[in-house]
Amino acid sequence: MNERKTDVLVVGAGPAGLSCALELARAGAGEILVLDREKKPGGVPRLCKHQGFGIRDLHRVYSGPGYAETLLKKALAAGVQVLAETTVTEWAGEKRVFVTSPRGIEAVSARAILLATGCRERPRSARLIPGYRPQGIFNTGSLQDFVHGYGKKVGTRAVIAGAELVSYSAIHTLEKGGCRVLLMATEFERDQVYFPYTPYKWWSARLHLGIPLVTNTRISNIFGKDRLSAVELENVKTGETRRVDCDTLVLTGDWIPDHEFSRLGGLEIDQGTLGPAVDGFLRTSREGVFAAGNLLRGAEPGDAAALEGRHAASSIAAYLEKGGWPKERVKVLARDPLLWVLPNFLEPGSHVLPRGRFLFRVKEFVRGGRLSVTQGGKALFEKRFSFLGPNDSRSVGGSWARDVRPGEAVSFSLE
Amino acid sequence: MEPYDLAVVGGGVVGCAVAREASKYELSCALLEAKADVGAGTSKANTAIWHTGFDAKTGTLEQRLLARSYMLLLDYVPDRGIPHEKTGAVLIAWNEDQLASLEGIVEKAHANGVADVRLLSVEEVYELEPHVNRDALGGVMVPGESIICPFTVPLSYAYEAVMNGARLYREFPVGKIEEDGGVHVLSGPGGEVKARFVVNAAGLNSDVIDGMFGFDRFHVTPRRGELIVFDKLSRPLVNHVLLPVPTERTKGVLVSPTVFGNIMVGPTAEDLEDKEATCTSKAGLEYLWAKGEAIVSKLMKEEVTCTYAGLRAATEFKDYQVFSHPEKRYLCLGGIRSTGLSASLGIAEYAMELLAEAGLSLEEKKEFRKVRMPYIGQKEKRPYQSEEKIREDPDFGRVVCHCERVTLGEIRRALRSPVPPGTLEGLKRRTRCMQGRCQGFYCSADVAHVFQTEAQKEDHPGEASHE
Ligand SMILES: Cc1cc2nc3c(=O)[nH]c(=O)nc-3n(C[C@H](O)[C@H](O)[C@H](O)COP(=O)(O)OP(=O)(O)OC[C@H]3O[C@@H](n4cnc5c(N)ncnc54)[C@H](O)[C@@H]3O)c2cc1C
Ligand SMILES: Cc1cc2nc3c(=O)[nH]c(=O)nc-3n(C[C@H](O)[C@H](O)[C@H](O)COP(=O)(O)OP(=O)(O)OC[C@H]3O[C@@H](n4cnc5c(N)ncnc54)[C@H](O)[C@@H]3O)c2cc1C
Repeated sequence: MNERKTDVLVVGAGPAGLSCALELARAGAGEILVLDREKKPGGVPRLCKHQGFGIRDLHRVYSGPGYAETLLKKALAAGVQVLAETTVTEWAGEKRVFVTSPRGIEAVSARAILLATGCRERPRSARLIPGYRPQGIFNTGSLQDFVHGYGKKVGTRAVIAGAELVSYSAIHTLEKGGCRVLLMATEFERDQVYFPYTPYKWWSARLHLGIPLVTNTRISNIFGKDRLSAVELENVKTGETRRVDCDTLVLTGDWIPDHEFSRLGGLEIDQGTLGPAVDGFLRTSREGVFAAGNLLRGAEPGDAAALEGRHAASSIAAYLEKGGWPKERVKVLARDPLLWVLPNFLEPGSHVLPRGRFLFRVKEFVRGGRLSVTQGGKALFEKRFSFLGPNDSRSVGGSWARDVRPGEAVSFSLE
Repeated sequence: MEPYDLAVVGGGVVGCAVAREASKYELSCALLEAKADVGAGTSKANTAIWHTGFDAKTGTLEQRLLARSYMLLLDYVPDRGIPHEKTGAVLIAWNEDQLASLEGIVEKAHANGVADVRLLSVEEVYELEPHVNRDALGGVMVPGESIICPFTVPLSYAYEAVMNGARLYREFPVGKIEEDGGVHVLSGPGGEVKARFVVNAAGLNSDVIDGMFGFDRFHVTPRRGELIVFDKLSRPLVNHVLLPVPTERTKGVLVSPTVFGNIMVGPTAEDLEDKEATCTSKAGLEYLWAKGEAIVSKLMKEEVTCTYAGLRAATEFKDYQVFSHPEKRYLCLGGIRSTGLSASLGIAEYAMELLAEAGLSLEEKKEFRKVRMPYIGQKEKRPYQSEEKIREDPDFGRVVCHCERVTLGEIRRALRSPVPPGTLEGLKRRTRCMQGRCQGFYCSADVAHVFQTEAQKEDHPGEASHE
């Protein structure tokens, strides 16, 4: 078996992985190898034909493919090695992995590893939607691949489940694929697209195409033996159902980190994010292994993932230089109705955080709330919010984190 | 066209096994299947347990054929490379009544010739299965119960049948059977086939086909079984097939590993009218969820990979509905309800005995071509893990379906198998592609593309079957 050695191995060539690699190469951190299992590197943006990428990291507006290509070019120019069609399959030692590619099976050892394997949308099965299993059911990801990747038509009349940012992007993809959108359905009382993205929503759904949004509603049954023929919509408040004839269903959002490789490595998984638990330096529970991007907690905009990748780069550079892994870490807990808080650990005395802040999400709408952070009985931080909504990440500054002491967990709660 | 010596109606696991058995002899055989692929009915949607028959009703035909089939499969399964794992089963009692019935279960198993079945103390149960809920009271060990790949078994039979001369007609729903001077004329929208002998292996429609011969003696009531399959990351939670204490009506809801490395919970048992109602239901999934919660609650925190439902060909009778009519040159293999996968080889062997008695002459062929099936299980090496395979053909290093690590090489090979998949569904059953945790989020467009472009190439079908 071929043995390969490198200073840093990056698993996943999406915005997070490529940005980290680029930053490390620029800092002269040694040999940087990025592996991606897809035929082309670049991650999810490769298939997002619309504009809206790169604003906060590259300070320009790119289309998804343009953004992916730019990141890749920059990384290659800086001396990063990027190999596509190369799947990281198994752990083969502390900082050694097996990979499969058309070249054969190789073992790759590194001094540090970044996991940036992204996330995906839950399929129909994981949402426990009963019914038949016909053709015509997509996630936004597979839909993009059919329409943008292969130029295929998908159907003629679609229902979109979900009303968050990605759901509105599905409208455009369906339109490209020759498919009319009949309606969007969300289990919540309203859509989940908030300032500053509201104009995008209006443009996408109402003004542009006149698509109705059905609220408090979920998909409760699927009909059609070969091809989808109809879905049943259920009002989650009243239990009332109705049938809508359609031949295409797009299940959007409901993200889950692609944590398989993290779990296989025995990395601690945070129960809120379902990604590998990380501290402010994006260090996981396993020495020398870092994580960044959507793997950490599901989908954020590409530039947010890229900035996390950069942040991981500075932590990795420091680790390569000085070594060391924190022995004592304090757990960060998210109390109901908070869904998760990132990072999931803190090193006492340090307030280094990705993008200088804590990121969090709530499960439900909260109108007029106070976020408070405590450790033991001690209040560390407080902030008022007039409005918080699900399927949207919010952030708070974290300079107060330097007051965190060893021992008890730090708890985020909302009142 | 010369009439076939034998026509088998139905290409499920039973019909394929019969066609394969028949292809060992110097006779012409047609296998007629209504759908676009073999094994696409009940045979694709079961619990995939390789039963010993320890709990079957003693003395029934089902029990006898299960016992015989088990022995036959012991040779066949490893020889053909069919994914399986000798997990053994642990039957668990959760209340006093169930605990009291365990001894009877062991006695019955012994009466059925399954001699290694024994009682387990509650401590032993937890030693074997440390993750099950803490309120078990005792159990029974059934070392022989195993898990097997439900897709590969009928395919293996069908491949061998075709490789040895049987003719497979797909999309051939038999709608009418008429006698014409000593030959049966089987016809339908797919055309017409003539045969001297007919075997009815039509599963859910076995009563309908039986009716075409003028009988009205059993009725199939589809008994739906729904299942939930959990993510492979949950596999360490369960070591054996976890069986409940069975009731009169069903084997009950079990929790079992699959050969693909998942854990599944199911099946339910619900009598329906529609023979095509292979849909899951809200009530069914909720029921299974509650059952899973009561057996291994840790499992319910894992992600669900898939849900599905299968229909058992249940009749008003408990036993298989097997009838031979030499005067009509007709054999009925009906009502093979909930053990057909395990009993298939036994049923096929018995079918040939009955056909011989009915006057079909059986002269063994000099040579029988065996198949070696592509391995799609979790336990042994797959192509993506094999340096030699990738060196041979770099496409075995091109992973297309990431969750199940299915390579382009495997997809190509499946498309050139003795029975190439007619549909994407068929490709899934042959390779596992799109059957993993993302259910096609990443690969469905790629797989659809490969399927279209490769299927058009039409290499030499049949060449890729010998590994
Ligand atoms: C429909 C849709 C629309 C979007 N629209 C926008 C938008 O308008 N603007 C915006 O800013 N963001 C948008 N996003 C979000 C953006 O695409 C993501 O945030 C970004 O791609 C995340 O980057 P990442 O590097 O974390 O993960 P990804 O881009 O998902 O990259 C992960 C990579 O890891 C690889 N990988 C995984 N496992 C392995 C393994 N075992 N071995 C090798 N490689 C592996 C994958 O192949 C993949 O290439 C959108 C996302 C979607 C799905
Ligand atoms: C939920 C569930 C769990 C089970 N678990 C197990 C288990 O763990 N172990 C086990 O051994 N067994 C199990 N079984 C039972 C097993 O799956 C069946 O006994 C077996 O698949 C029956 O095979 P078959 O060939 O008789 O029927 P089928 O697989 O239904 O095949 C019959 C075929 O005939 C075709 N057909 C019908 N009508 C016509 C026509 N007019 N013309 C042409 N073709 C026709 C159909 O399309 C079909 O392909 C389970 C069953 C279910 C439903």
